[in-house]
Amino acid sequence: MGITLPLLILAIPLFMFLLLGIAGVKMSHKLAGWLGCLGMGTTLVLAYTVALTYYFCPEFTAETGERIQTIVFNQTWLAFTQNLVISLGFLLDPISALMLIVITTISFLVHLYSLGYMEGEKGFQRYYAFLSLFSFSMLGLVVATNIFQMYIFWELVGASSYLLIGFYYTKHSAVAASKKAFIVTRFADLGFLIGILVLSYYSQTFDFLKLTTDSQWVLASTQGATFMGASVLTWALVLIFTGGMGKSAMMPLHIWLPDAMEGPTPVSALIHAATMVVAGVFLVARMFPVYLLEESATMIVAVVGAVTAFYAAMVACTQIDIKRVLAFSTISQIAFMMVSLGVASNGNGDVCHHGLGYMASMFHMFTHAMFKALLFLGAGALIHAVHSNDYTAMGGLSRYMPVTRWTFLIGCLAIAGIPPFSGFFSKDEILSAAYAWSPFMGVWMTIVAAMTAFYMFRLYFLIFRWDEPDYGHHTPHDPPLPMMIPLVFLAAVSCVAGFIPFGHFVTWNRMPYDIHLDPWIACSSVAVAICAICLAAYMYRTKNPLPEKMKNAMPVLWDWCHHRFYWDELYMFITHKIIFNGVCRPLAWFDRHIIDGTMDSFAAVTNKLSRVIAPLQSGQVQMYVFVYIIGALLLGGITVLCLI
Amino acid sequence: MELKAIYFLIPSLIMFCCGLFGFITRRNMIAMLISLELMLNAVDMNFVIFNRFLFPGQLEGMFFTLFAIAIAAAETALAIAIIINVFRASHNIDVRTLNEMKF
Amino acid sequence: MFENILIYFVVIPLVMLGLLALCRDIKQIRAVAVVGSLGLIALSVVTLVQYLGMRAAGVEDPMLFVDSWTWFAPLNIHLAVGVDGISIAMLLLSSIIVFAGSFASWTIKEPKAFFLWLILLSVGVFGFFISIDMFTMFMFYEVALIPMYLLIGVWGSGNKNYSAMKLTLMLMGGSAFLMMGLIGIYYHSAPEGGQLTWNLLEIVKNASIPHGWQSFLFPMTFVGFGVLGAMFPFHTWSPDGHASAPTAVSMLHAGVLMKLGGYGCFRVAIYTMPQAAHELSWIFLILTGISVVYGAFCACVKTDLKYINAYSSVSHCGLVLFAILMLNETAMTGAIMQMLSHGLMTALFFALIGMIYGRTHTREITQMGGMMQIMPYLSVCYVIAGMASLGLPGLSGFVAEMTIFVGSFQAGMTDYLAGHGSLRLVFTIIACCSIVITAVYILRVVGKLLFGPVHDEHHRTLTDATWWERLSTVTLIICVAAIGCFPNFFNNLINFTFKPAIFSVLGMN
Repeated sequence: MGITLPLLILAIPLFMFLLLGIAGVKMSHKLAGWLGCLGMGTTLVLAYTVALTYYFCPEFTAETGERIQTIVFNQTWLAFTQNLVISLGFLLDPISALMLIVITTISFLVHLYSLGYMEGEKGFQRYYAFLSLFSFSMLGLVVATNIFQMYIFWELVGASSYLLIGFYYTKHSAVAASKKAFIVTRFADLGFLIGILVLSYYSQTFDFLKLTTDSQWVLASTQGATFMGASVLTWALVLIFTGGMGKSAMMPLHIWLPDAMEGPTPVSALIHAATMVVAGVFLVARMFPVYLLEESATMIVAVVGAVTAFYAAMVACTQIDIKRVLAFSTISQIAFMMVSLGVASNGNGDVCHHGLGYMASMFHMFTHAMFKALLFLGAGALIHAVHSNDYTAMGGLSRYMPVTRWTFLIGCLAIAGIPPFSGFFSKDEILSAAYAWSPFMGVWMTIVAAMTAFYMFRLYFLIFRWDEPDYGHHTPHDPPLPMMIPLVFLAAVSCVAGFIPFGHFVTWNRMPYDIHLDPWIACSSVAVAICAICLAAYMYRTKNPLPEKMKNAMPVLWDWCHHRFYWDELYMFITHKIIFNGVCRPLAWFDRHIIDGTMDSFAAVTNKLSRVIAPLQSGQVQMYVFVYIIGALLLGGITVLCLI
Repeated sequence: MELKAIYFLIPSLIMFCCGLFGFITRRNMIAMLISLELMLNAVDMNFVIFNRFLFPGQLEGMFFTLFAIAIAAAETALAIAIIINVFRASHNIDVRTLNEMKF
Repeated sequence: MFENILIYFVVIPLVMLGLLALCRDIKQIRAVAVVGSLGLIALSVVTLVQYLGMRAAGVEDPMLFVDSWTWFAPLNIHLAVGVDGISIAMLLLSSIIVFAGSFASWTIKEPKAFFLWLILLSVGVFGFFISIDMFTMFMFYEVALIPMYLLIGVWGSGNKNYSAMKLTLMLMGGSAFLMMGLIGIYYHSAPEGGQLTWNLLEIVKNASIPHGWQSFLFPMTFVGFGVLGAMFPFHTWSPDGHASAPTAVSMLHAGVLMKLGGYGCFRVAIYTMPQAAHELSWIFLILTGISVVYGAFCACVKTDLKYINAYSSVSHCGLVLFAILMLNETAMTGAIMQMLSHGLMTALFFALIGMIYGRTHTREITQMGGMMQIMPYLSVCYVIAGMASLGLPGLSGFVAEMTIFVGSFQAGMTDYLAGHGSLRLVFTIIACCSIVITAVYILRVVGKLLFGPVHDEHHRTLTDATWWERLSTVTLIICVAAIGCFPNFFNNLINFTFKPAIFSVLGMN
């Protein structure tokens, strides 16, 4: 493959960012918007060309059927030492090609959608500049050839996410949310960084290909070194996973994602549903052969994922803000992907069930990106129509917004795992993998899947059925065309994406693999999903006191769920009370009063001392003479005594 | 009775001490100046005495004394001038009150 | 004498001084300042190009353009000049900041005297970076320090007399240690009976400082320079000094003068006394490691913009000294990169703070808000500076910090595995934590100052940047981005110095 197309995929968004960022102020909204769309559209075409060429061109498939990982270009960017070199490059392999498709598709649709959604907003050009920056960073992340390049773009996506969450910068809540998102992910990145440092110290390379092809030597290079009871490789992998936890909002670093919904809704669709938040999953997938080496690391991935999935699903059942519900559902779904990766290892350095989990995770990443973007964009259309994020301001909207309603319904069916929508297929694979790993995990995830169906249909019924609030004379209506196209397109994708023979494209060892549904698991998961939907319908289809009764029956549980198990309060306590008031303030006081006080007291002592001896200079001439005489006599006396 | 240097040195010492005492204790600047002169004269006497008794036949000490007397005269004139100026400025020649020149 | 290119780094400012003395009105003064500083930039670029040319031609000397003229023969004092990649990087940095600083003080009152002192200060700075004779180095160091007192005392703001006095006295205190250290080095600069010398290259070649003396002289020189490098606990002049200094002085001081400290620590203390550096580095590692997090924590609670930035400088400059003490090629390269990076971005910060202060007449972040709506240009620049400071890839902070962390971690792990204790490793990890704390205080300021609703309705009438302010900031931003985007160029420029054949310290690991 030539270098031009891949290079352009990265260069066009970067160029658009600089163009819109610098010259955007002088442009009209329309021009900036269309320029952004044009740039992203071109990138989309290029990315599809590259990805499809990769998948279908025989030159990228070895004789064994294995897809070849290709480094298209790799330019040294910063050489720390002989071996530790950061390069900026373009690695083409099944998962990066998959992500190219996902990112450019969603990004382009969001560009298009924003033409309508953001119309007339102040800072429209800036918005498009940031979108381009984000697309550039995310594309750079997925094609990274080495872990440090990934870290670089990892930070860049964090920054562009910060800028976009804080897009409405005059709002306090948006500013606070953007700050929170950045700092929490930064904290996670600290773990990532230290993990990279540890790993690279032993392996003496950042390069993904070196690390992942035949990774046994990585294990060997640590020479069995341990630290606090665990092998250093485990430490490195867990620390790297911490970075992934931060970006992918795994518990306990999930707290930023719900708040990140302060950003414009299309941004939530792009960054906080489809692309950036799956970076953690992508990271683990990228390093998968290394993770295979350490049982405990994959175990942690699976457990963190399972706990987060359940937690987020519980919280999602009680939220009022529709974007928050979607945010928690995103956390839960990403946790599904994590679990899936975790259960792909059998714990003995080999994969479990032909590495089904890996494939399922990637499959779910793909389908989830589509249907979750659809749901978010649908939510955006609703918010656009009623000017509120809360479901209490909605209800009975199916009458006014038929297109939004049907597309949203498709999204809900997909996420609930109802065949033939895409979510069913990917989720089913995950459940199969989980059952194969341990029945307990299978049951656990099935329960979470049922909860998913429940809270999504709760949301659906509350928005489109339930009781209609007074909309006044300003009745809500379906969004304009630029917003409609993405909805319809994504709905269509969600209907058919499940039939893609995904195993032929992406597997852990890049060998083709045939997906076959396990009828028992499929039937049981569909059955529980339908039960959950029915329950949701029973509770929320029309206005009734049942939900209120439920709430009153379990006040503590409801309270904890509604307040997200008080994680935010806990973090607030730690950051404000302990770190800010307990560390920073005393330190600042210490600095001003003790350290600076010491320095000042040197000066003060000098001053005092000079005041003490200054009166000797009394101005009394006779005094001087007297002192002089006494001194002279004393000196003379001493001299004489000495001579004697 | 043989003349010994000590017979001359003792009065000179007494003179010097008187001068010193006067210089330290007297408050009037003119009186201080007079005491200063007394000390100078004692020193001059010592020059002469040591010249006479240690290096008889040489005159360096004598001449030195002559110069010292001349310089003392000039110095006195200068001091008087300063005192007069001080008096003009502050109507006072009491050294204890003239203590502006300090820290 | 004048065929050596380096001498012009001192000659140009001296000529500028002469011309400034002749100037009659502000226009002429501005012209002299701008043309002169442009000349300095051009000169540093020419030097850089020539230097790279010679290196490409395979010249392997530790220093190039070496020359020496006797100044005072009995004590063997020379005006000896010479540069390597590090000095060239520092010269570039200084000339850029002098240029930006001239624009930042475009409308200063009493411009003639101000620029005279400012340029005198830059004589000291440039002289320091080109010297390889310790005595002249020290002399130029003092030349750079003294004008600071007047610049802050006369043109400063707030509690300026106190700050100016404190700054000068503390730095002079450092100089006293330094002087003792330098004289000590001089008296052991040659083997028994040899000709004593102040020339660094010869001292390094002779390597004759006895071990016992090294462990006495190393702390002396390191502390002496470390005071200027704002090493904990000798950093307290920095917050007060910066807070009171006028814009251009803050820029030069944080941007360049504090680098004199780091540069001196490296060039004199470590270069000449490698054994002591090895044995005693742990003391200073602890101190500088504390600086890094301590400065960052303190910055989190301050509400005065300049104080915040001064504490952040303590943290970042602490990282410079920290990395130097790792005695590891990568970490040291990172230290120099951090000097460049911090110099540029902190100058940018101080320029912006000065510009905002010039409009709002307050630096309290509690009394400002929503600047993004009022002065978008300055606010965007502030965000960029902040992003550089918290280590966003593509800007200079990231590459410097990462180089330091990678290098320090390698050194720390090597130590740890070799059974030399885990001090370096532990402090590397502590230093890594600063990237989070930095993010906290930067975003706190950005959130309070630039975002949110407008705090004071009177601020709505304020204007955005003028053309000279734009020029000043754009210059700095371009440089920050250049380092961030093409780090390998600077990496290679600096790195050559650390080739083991040249640099004796590294062979000892």
